[in-house]
Amino acid sequence: MTLGEIANELALAVQTASDRLDTPVTGGYASDLLSCVMAKARKGNVWVTLQSHLNIVAVAALLELAGIIVTEGTAPDAATLQKANEEGVPILTTSQTTFQVVARLAQLGIRGGD
Amino acid sequence: MVSDNQDGKATATKQPLEVTKLQELVYELKIEQVMTKKVITVSPDDTLRRLKEQLRINRISGTPVLRGAELVGIISIEDVLKALERGEIDARVGDKMTVDVQTVFADETIMQAVNTFGRHGFGRLPVVTRDGRLVGILTQGDIARGLLRQLEIDYHEEEIHRYRASHIFEDIVSDQTGLILRYNVRAHDFTHCGEAASKLKRALERLGAKPTIVRRIAVASYEAETNLAIHSTHGGQLTAEVQPERIRIIAVDTGPGIADIEKAMQPGFSTAPDWIRELGFGAGMGLNNIRSCADEMHLDSKVNVGTRLQIVIRL
Repeated sequence: MTLGEIANELALAVQTASDRLDTPVTGGYASDLLSCVMAKARKGNVWVTLQSHLNIVAVAALLELAGIIVTEGTAPDAATLQKANEEGVPILTTSQTTFQVVARLAQLGIRGGD
Repeated sequence: MVSDNQDGKATATKQPLEVTKLQELVYELKIEQVMTKKVITVSPDDTLRRLKEQLRINRISGTPVLRGAELVGIISIEDVLKALERGEIDARVGDKMTVDVQTVFADETIMQAVNTFGRHGFGRLPVVTRDGRLVGILTQGDIARGLLRQLEIDYHEEEIHRYRASHIFEDIVSDQTGLILRYNVRAHDFTHCGEAASKLKRALERLGAKPTIVRRIAVASYEAETNLAIHSTHGGQLTAEVQPERIRIIAVDTGPGIADIEKAMQPGFSTAPDWIRELGFGAGMGLNNIRSCADEMHLDSKVNVGTRLQIVIRL
Protein backbone atom coordinates (compact mmCIF):
# COMPACT_ATOMS: atom_id res chain seq x y z
CA MET A 1 0.00 0.00 0.00
CA THR A 2 1.32 3.45 -0.84
CA LEU A 3 1.33 6.52 1.35
CA GLY A 4 -1.09 8.20 -1.05
CA GLU A 5 -3.58 5.37 -0.63
CA ILE A 6 -3.23 5.63 3.16
CA ALA A 7 -3.81 9.39 2.92
CA ASN A 8 -7.03 8.72 1.00
CA GLU A 9 -8.29 6.00 3.32
CA LEU A 10 -7.66 8.03 6.49
CA ALA A 11 -8.60 11.40 4.96
CA LEU A 12 -5.21 12.87 5.90
CA ALA A 13 -4.19 16.34 4.74
CA VAL A 14 -1.00 16.21 2.68
CA GLN A 15 1.17 19.13 3.81
CA THR A 16 4.47 18.46 2.05
CA ALA A 17 6.22 16.47 -0.67
CA SER A 18 3.01 15.52 -2.46
CA ASP A 19 5.18 14.09 -5.26
CA ARG A 20 6.42 11.36 -2.91
CA LEU A 21 3.09 9.70 -2.19
CA ASP A 22 3.73 6.73 -4.47
CA THR A 23 6.23 5.32 -1.97
CA PRO A 24 5.16 1.85 -0.82
CA VAL A 25 4.82 1.73 2.97
CA THR A 26 6.80 -1.14 4.53
CA GLY A 27 5.28 -0.88 8.01
CA GLY A 28 4.55 1.56 10.78
CA TYR A 29 5.93 2.99 14.00
CA ALA A 30 4.42 5.33 16.57
CA SER A 31 6.24 7.35 19.24
CA ASP A 32 6.88 10.94 20.26
CA LEU A 33 10.39 10.24 21.54
CA LEU A 34 12.89 10.80 18.76
CA SER A 35 15.45 8.38 20.16
CA CYS A 36 12.89 5.59 20.17
CA VAL A 37 12.06 6.35 16.56
CA MET A 38 15.77 6.35 15.68
CA ALA A 39 16.13 2.93 17.32
CA LYS A 40 13.00 1.20 16.08
CA ALA A 41 11.54 2.71 12.91
CA ARG A 42 12.60 1.03 9.69
CA LYS A 43 13.23 2.32 6.20
CA GLY A 44 9.97 2.89 4.35
CA ASN A 45 7.88 2.94 7.56
CA VAL A 46 5.18 5.49 8.17
CA TRP A 47 5.73 7.28 11.49
CA VAL A 48 2.79 8.45 13.60
CA THR A 49 3.52 11.19 16.15
CA LEU A 50 2.17 14.37 17.65
CA GLN A 51 5.56 16.05 17.51
CA SER A 52 5.62 18.67 14.78
CA HIS A 53 8.89 20.57 15.14
CA LEU A 54 11.73 20.70 12.65
CA ASN A 55 13.59 17.68 13.94
CA ILE A 56 10.94 15.18 12.87
CA VAL A 57 12.08 15.93 9.33
CA ALA A 58 15.72 15.20 10.18
CA VAL A 59 14.74 11.89 11.79
CA ALA A 60 12.52 10.86 8.87
CA ALA A 61 15.16 11.80 6.31
CA LEU A 62 17.93 9.96 8.16
CA LEU A 63 15.86 6.80 8.41
CA GLU A 64 14.38 7.16 4.91
CA LEU A 65 10.87 6.83 6.28
CA ALA A 66 7.95 6.85 3.83
CA GLY A 67 6.37 9.78 5.66
CA ILE A 68 5.13 11.27 8.92
CA ILE A 69 1.54 11.40 10.12
CA VAL A 70 1.17 14.26 12.63
CA THR A 71 -1.85 13.68 14.85
CA GLU A 72 -4.30 15.56 17.10
CA GLY A 73 -4.54 18.58 14.85
CA THR A 74 -0.98 19.70 15.56
CA ALA A 75 0.14 22.10 12.84
CA PRO A 76 3.81 21.97 11.83
CA ASP A 77 5.30 25.46 11.48
CA ALA A 78 6.49 26.99 8.22
CA ALA A 79 10.16 26.10 8.79
CA THR A 80 9.27 22.44 9.31
CA LEU A 81 7.12 22.34 6.16
CA GLN A 82 9.83 24.03 4.12
CA LYS A 83 12.50 21.62 5.33
CA ALA A 84 10.23 18.65 4.63
CA ASN A 85 9.70 19.82 1.06
CA GLU A 86 13.45 20.27 0.62
CA GLU A 87 14.20 16.80 1.94
CA GLY A 88 11.25 15.19 0.16
CA VAL A 89 9.62 13.99 3.38
CA PRO A 90 5.82 13.79 3.15
CA ILE A 91 4.05 15.20 6.23
CA LEU A 92 0.36 14.33 6.58
CA THR A 93 -1.82 15.85 9.26
CA THR A 94 -5.05 14.79 10.90
CA SER A 95 -7.23 15.73 13.85
CA GLN A 96 -7.44 12.04 14.85
CA THR A 97 -5.41 10.77 17.81
CA THR A 98 -2.31 8.64 17.38
CA PHE A 99 -4.29 5.65 18.65
CA GLN A 100 -7.07 6.15 16.13
CA VAL A 101 -4.60 6.49 13.27
CA VAL A 102 -2.66 3.38 14.27
CA ALA A 103 -5.88 1.38 14.63
CA ARG A 104 -6.91 2.34 11.09
CA LEU A 105 -3.44 1.57 9.71
CA ALA A 106 -3.61 -1.88 11.29
CA GLN A 107 -6.99 -2.45 9.64
CA LEU A 108 -5.40 -1.59 6.31
CA GLY A 109 -2.77 -4.25 6.90
CA ILE A 110 0.13 -1.97 7.88
CA ARG A 111 2.27 -3.80 10.43
CA GLY A 112 4.81 -2.82 13.05
CA GLY A 113 8.16 -4.41 13.81
CA ASP A 114 10.56 -6.23 11.52
CA MET B 1 18.95 -19.79 -15.02
CA VAL B 2 19.04 -23.46 -14.17
CA SER B 3 21.82 -24.86 -12.05
CA ASP B 4 23.12 -28.40 -12.32
CA ASN B 5 20.65 -30.98 -13.48
CA GLN B 6 20.80 -34.66 -14.11
CA ASP B 7 20.26 -34.94 -17.85
CA GLY B 8 23.58 -33.62 -19.06
CA LYS B 9 22.41 -30.12 -19.89
CA ALA B 10 24.38 -28.54 -17.08
CA THR B 11 27.07 -27.14 -19.31
CA ALA B 12 24.59 -25.51 -21.63
CA THR B 13 22.54 -23.89 -18.89
CA LYS B 14 25.49 -22.68 -16.87
CA GLN B 15 26.05 -20.01 -19.49
CA PRO B 16 24.09 -17.13 -17.96
CA LEU B 17 21.28 -15.81 -20.09
CA GLU B 18 21.85 -12.40 -21.53
CA VAL B 19 19.15 -10.41 -19.75
CA THR B 20 18.91 -6.74 -20.54
CA LYS B 21 18.07 -4.19 -17.87
CA LEU B 22 14.79 -3.59 -19.64
CA GLN B 23 13.77 -7.25 -19.58
CA GLU B 24 14.61 -7.34 -15.88
CA LEU B 25 12.42 -4.30 -15.22
CA VAL B 26 9.48 -5.78 -17.11
CA TYR B 27 9.47 -8.57 -14.55
CA GLU B 28 10.17 -6.29 -11.58
CA LEU B 29 7.79 -3.38 -12.01
CA LYS B 30 4.20 -3.82 -10.93
CA ILE B 31 1.31 -2.60 -13.04
CA GLU B 32 0.19 -0.28 -10.21
CA GLN B 33 3.57 1.48 -10.39
CA VAL B 34 3.11 2.55 -14.01
CA MET B 35 -0.66 2.74 -14.59
CA THR B 36 -2.60 5.98 -14.86
CA LYS B 37 -4.48 6.30 -11.59
CA LYS B 38 -6.86 9.01 -12.61
CA VAL B 39 -9.39 7.11 -14.68
CA ILE B 40 -11.98 8.86 -16.80
CA THR B 41 -15.09 6.68 -16.93
CA VAL B 42 -18.53 6.86 -18.51
CA SER B 43 -21.85 5.36 -17.55
CA PRO B 44 -23.70 2.88 -19.83
CA ASP B 45 -26.57 5.39 -19.90
CA ASP B 46 -24.42 8.16 -21.40
CA THR B 47 -24.79 8.82 -25.13
CA LEU B 48 -21.93 8.30 -27.57
CA ARG B 49 -22.14 12.03 -28.24
CA ARG B 50 -21.25 12.71 -24.62
CA LEU B 51 -18.54 10.05 -24.74
CA LYS B 52 -17.06 11.73 -27.84
CA GLU B 53 -16.78 14.99 -25.85
CA GLN B 54 -15.15 13.18 -22.90
CA LEU B 55 -12.59 11.62 -25.22
CA ARG B 56 -11.91 14.94 -26.91
CA ILE B 57 -11.60 17.01 -23.71
CA ASN B 58 -9.38 14.49 -21.94
CA ARG B 59 -7.39 13.63 -25.09
CA ILE B 60 -7.88 9.91 -24.63
CA SER B 61 -8.98 7.24 -27.08
CA GLY B 62 -11.17 5.06 -24.89
CA THR B 63 -12.61 4.60 -21.40
CA PRO B 64 -13.98 1.90 -19.09
CA VAL B 65 -17.75 1.90 -18.55
CA LEU B 66 -18.92 1.81 -14.94
CA ARG B 67 -22.37 1.22 -13.53
CA GLY B 68 -21.93 2.55 -10.00
CA ALA B 69 -18.65 0.97 -8.94
CA GLU B 70 -18.99 -2.06 -11.22
CA LEU B 71 -16.96 -2.37 -14.40
CA VAL B 72 -19.49 -3.37 -17.07
CA GLY B 73 -17.69 -2.64 -20.33
CA ILE B 74 -15.12 -0.69 -22.28
CA ILE B 75 -15.60 1.66 -25.21
CA SER B 76 -13.18 3.38 -27.59
CA ILE B 77 -12.98 6.04 -30.25
CA GLU B 78 -13.44 3.32 -32.88
CA ASP B 79 -16.93 2.68 -31.56
CA VAL B 80 -17.64 6.41 -31.81
CA LEU B 81 -16.44 6.48 -35.44
CA LYS B 82 -18.61 3.49 -36.37
CA ALA B 83 -21.61 5.14 -34.72
CA LEU B 84 -20.95 8.40 -36.59
CA GLU B 85 -20.85 6.54 -39.91
CA ARG B 86 -24.18 4.90 -39.18
CA GLY B 87 -25.80 8.04 -37.78
CA GLU B 88 -26.08 6.47 -34.33
CA ILE B 89 -24.23 9.11 -32.36
CA ASP B 90 -27.10 9.45 -29.88
CA ALA B 91 -27.13 5.73 -29.07
CA ARG B 92 -26.36 4.66 -25.49
CA VAL B 93 -22.83 3.64 -24.54
CA GLY B 94 -24.30 0.51 -22.98
CA ASP B 95 -25.55 -0.66 -26.39
CA LYS B 96 -22.29 -0.15 -28.26
CA MET B 97 -19.60 -1.02 -25.71
CA THR B 98 -17.55 -4.20 -25.53
CA VAL B 99 -18.95 -6.15 -22.59
CA ASP B 100 -16.32 -8.89 -22.38
CA VAL B 101 -13.65 -6.76 -20.75
CA GLN B 102 -10.10 -8.00 -20.53
CA THR B 103 -8.57 -6.64 -17.31
CA VAL B 104 -5.23 -6.94 -15.51
CA PHE B 105 -4.54 -6.98 -11.78
CA ALA B 106 -2.79 -4.05 -10.14
CA ASP B 107 -0.26 -6.30 -8.40
CA GLU B 108 0.78 -8.23 -11.50
CA THR B 109 4.09 -7.46 -13.20
CA ILE B 110 4.01 -5.41 -16.37
CA MET B 111 5.14 -8.56 -18.19
CA GLN B 112 1.56 -9.84 -17.78
CA ALA B 113 0.21 -6.70 -19.37
CA VAL B 114 2.75 -6.81 -22.20
CA ASN B 115 1.57 -10.37 -22.96
CA THR B 116 -2.10 -9.37 -22.86
CA PHE B 117 -1.48 -6.40 -25.15
CA GLY B 118 0.45 -8.67 -27.52
CA ARG B 119 -2.26 -11.34 -27.55
CA HIS B 120 -5.28 -9.13 -28.04
CA GLY B 121 -3.99 -5.91 -29.56
CA PHE B 122 -6.07 -3.70 -27.23
CA GLY B 123 -5.19 -0.06 -26.84
CA ARG B 124 -5.84 0.01 -23.10
CA LEU B 125 -6.54 -2.34 -20.21
CA PRO B 126 -8.55 -1.48 -17.09
CA VAL B 127 -6.58 -2.29 -13.94
CA VAL B 128 -8.48 -3.88 -11.07
CA THR B 129 -7.65 -5.06 -7.56
CA ARG B 130 -8.04 -8.72 -6.65
CA ASP B 131 -11.53 -7.92 -5.35
CA GLY B 132 -12.53 -6.39 -8.66
CA ARG B 133 -12.30 -2.68 -7.86
CA LEU B 134 -11.20 -0.47 -10.77
CA VAL B 135 -8.04 1.41 -9.69
CA GLY B 136 -6.44 2.53 -12.92
CA ILE B 137 -6.00 2.24 -16.63
CA LEU B 138 -2.97 1.03 -18.52
CA THR B 139 -1.83 1.86 -22.04
CA GLN B 140 1.34 0.82 -23.81
CA GLY B 141 2.43 4.44 -23.43
CA ASP B 142 2.14 4.12 -19.62
CA ILE B 143 4.41 1.07 -19.75
CA ALA B 144 7.01 2.86 -21.88
CA ARG B 145 6.95 5.91 -19.58
CA GLY B 146 7.16 3.75 -16.45
CA LEU B 147 10.15 1.83 -17.79
CA LEU B 148 11.95 5.01 -18.79
CA ARG B 149 11.33 6.55 -15.37
CA GLN B 150 12.67 3.47 -13.60
CA LEU B 151 15.69 3.31 -15.89
CA GLU B 152 16.44 6.90 -14.99
CA ILE B 153 16.17 6.18 -11.25
CA ASP B 154 18.41 3.12 -11.59
CA TYR B 155 20.90 5.15 -13.61
CA HIS B 156 21.13 7.77 -10.86
CA GLU B 157 21.66 5.09 -8.24
CA GLU B 158 24.42 3.58 -10.31
CA GLU B 159 26.05 6.96 -10.69
CA ILE B 160 26.24 7.25 -6.92
CA HIS B 161 27.70 3.77 -6.63
CA ARG B 162 30.38 4.64 -9.13
CA TYR B 163 31.64 7.24 -6.72
CA ARG B 164 32.96 4.59 -4.46
CA ALA B 165 35.15 5.19 -1.46
CA SER B 166 37.35 2.31 -2.50
CA HIS B 167 38.35 4.27 -5.58
CA ILE B 168 39.43 7.24 -3.56
CA PHE B 169 41.33 4.98 -1.24
CA GLU B 170 42.90 3.12 -4.16
CA ASP B 171 43.78 6.23 -6.09
CA ILE B 172 45.46 8.04 -3.24
CA VAL B 173 48.47 6.10 -2.06
CA SER B 174 49.81 6.47 1.44
CA ASP B 175 50.60 4.20 4.36
CA GLN B 176 47.29 5.11 5.88
CA THR B 177 44.65 7.06 4.01
CA GLY B 178 41.72 8.56 5.85
CA LEU B 179 39.04 11.09 5.21
CA ILE B 180 38.11 13.46 8.02
CA LEU B 181 34.72 15.12 8.11
CA ARG B 182 34.20 17.63 10.92
CA TYR B 183 30.92 19.26 11.89
CA ASN B 184 30.38 21.98 14.47
CA VAL B 185 27.30 21.51 16.65
CA ARG B 186 25.79 24.45 18.51
CA ALA B 187 24.41 24.14 22.03
CA HIS B 188 20.61 24.26 22.34
CA ASP B 189 20.13 24.80 18.62
CA PHE B 190 17.36 22.38 17.76
CA THR B 191 16.67 24.05 14.44
CA HIS B 192 19.88 22.76 12.92
CA CYS B 193 20.23 19.68 15.08
CA GLY B 194 20.43 16.58 12.91
CA GLU B 195 22.08 18.33 10.00
CA ALA B 196 25.56 17.02 10.76
CA ALA B 197 24.24 13.45 10.82
CA SER B 198 22.37 14.08 7.53
CA LYS B 199 25.47 15.45 5.85
CA LEU B 200 27.61 12.60 7.12
CA LYS B 201 25.05 10.08 5.90
CA ARG B 202 24.98 11.62 2.44
CA ALA B 203 28.77 11.64 2.27
CA LEU B 204 28.96 7.96 3.16
CA GLU B 205 26.31 7.06 0.59
CA ARG B 206 28.28 8.90 -2.01
CA LEU B 207 31.39 7.03 -0.94
CA GLY B 208 29.54 3.79 -1.59
CA ALA B 209 29.16 2.44 1.97
CA LYS B 210 26.66 -0.39 2.44
CA PRO B 211 23.11 0.80 3.34
CA THR B 212 23.01 -1.27 6.56
CA ILE B 213 26.28 0.30 7.73
CA VAL B 214 25.15 3.78 6.72
CA ARG B 215 22.03 3.33 8.79
CA ARG B 216 24.00 2.42 11.93
CA ILE B 217 26.29 5.38 11.43
CA ALA B 218 23.31 7.69 10.84
CA VAL B 219 21.61 6.63 14.08
CA ALA B 220 24.80 6.80 16.16
CA SER B 221 25.92 10.16 14.78
CA TYR B 222 22.42 11.63 15.15
CA GLU B 223 22.33 10.65 18.82
CA ALA B 224 25.86 11.98 19.39
CA GLU B 225 24.91 15.22 17.68
CA THR B 226 21.72 15.64 19.73
CA ASN B 227 23.69 14.98 22.91
CA LEU B 228 25.99 17.87 22.03
CA ALA B 229 22.98 20.10 21.29
CA ILE B 230 21.11 19.12 24.46
CA HIS B 231 23.84 18.93 27.07
CA SER B 232 26.97 20.83 26.08
CA THR B 233 27.60 24.29 27.50
CA HIS B 234 29.28 25.80 24.47
CA GLY B 235 28.45 23.29 21.73
CA GLY B 236 30.94 20.80 20.39
CA GLN B 237 32.39 19.03 17.43
CA LEU B 238 31.36 15.86 15.68
CA THR B 239 34.17 14.29 13.70
CA ALA B 240 34.01 11.29 11.41
CA GLU B 241 37.26 9.64 10.44
CA VAL B 242 36.68 7.39 7.44
CA GLN B 243 39.17 4.69 6.60
CA PRO B 244 38.82 1.82 4.12
CA GLU B 245 38.07 -0.69 6.86
CA ARG B 246 36.30 1.34 9.54
CA ILE B 247 34.76 4.66 10.51
CA ARG B 248 35.48 6.35 13.82
CA ILE B 249 33.06 8.98 15.11
CA ILE B 250 34.21 11.33 17.86
CA ALA B 251 31.96 13.80 19.67
CA VAL B 252 33.78 16.29 21.89
CA ASP B 253 32.58 19.14 24.06
CA THR B 254 34.03 21.36 26.75
CA GLY B 255 31.50 20.84 29.51
CA PRO B 256 29.61 20.45 31.73
CA GLY B 257 30.82 16.82 31.84
CA ILE B 258 29.01 13.74 33.11
CA ALA B 259 29.05 13.13 36.86
CA ASP B 260 28.19 9.44 36.78
CA ILE B 261 28.90 7.71 33.45
CA GLU B 262 27.51 4.38 34.60
CA LYS B 263 24.20 6.00 35.45
CA ALA B 264 24.16 7.96 32.18
CA MET B 265 24.45 4.69 30.28
CA GLN B 266 21.31 3.25 31.90
CA PRO B 267 18.38 3.13 29.48
CA GLY B 268 15.86 5.83 30.37
CA PHE B 269 18.18 7.85 32.61
CA SER B 270 18.14 11.47 31.53
CA THR B 271 19.19 14.85 32.89
CA ALA B 272 17.51 16.78 30.07
CA PRO B 273 15.26 19.62 31.25
CA ASP B 274 11.50 19.55 30.61
CA TRP B 275 11.49 21.98 27.71
CA ILE B 276 13.87 19.73 25.80
CA ARG B 277 11.83 16.64 26.61
CA GLU B 278 8.75 18.34 25.27
CA LEU B 279 10.50 18.52 21.93
CA GLY B 280 10.81 14.73 21.97
CA PHE B 281 14.48 14.69 22.98
CA GLY B 282 16.04 13.60 26.24
CA ALA B 283 14.35 10.21 26.50
CA GLY B 284 17.49 8.78 28.05
CA MET B 285 17.94 6.33 25.18
CA GLY B 286 20.62 8.14 23.19
CA LEU B 287 23.71 6.47 24.59
CA ASN B 288 21.99 3.09 24.38
CA ASN B 289 21.14 3.64 20.75
CA ILE B 290 24.75 4.57 20.10
CA ARG B 291 26.01 1.49 21.88
CA SER B 292 23.71 -0.81 19.92
CA CYS B 293 24.94 0.65 16.61
CA ALA B 294 28.65 0.67 17.39
CA ASP B 295 31.26 -2.08 17.26
CA GLU B 296 33.29 -0.21 19.89
CA MET B 297 32.32 2.63 22.19
CA HIS B 298 34.34 4.70 24.64
CA LEU B 299 32.95 7.45 26.81
CA ASP B 300 35.27 9.65 28.88
CA SER B 301 34.09 12.62 30.87
CA LYS B 302 35.22 14.94 33.61
CA VAL B 303 32.91 17.37 35.35
CA ASN B 304 33.63 21.01 34.43
CA VAL B 305 36.15 19.86 31.81
CA GLY B 306 34.23 18.09 29.08
CA THR B 307 33.12 14.84 27.47
CA ARG B 308 34.63 12.75 24.70
CA LEU B 309 32.61 10.01 23.05
CA GLN B 310 34.31 7.77 20.57
CA ILE B 311 32.70 5.00 18.58
CA VAL B 312 34.01 2.71 15.88
CA ILE B 313 31.91 1.00 13.24
CA ARG B 314 33.64 -1.50 10.99
CA LEU B 315 32.87 -1.19 7.29
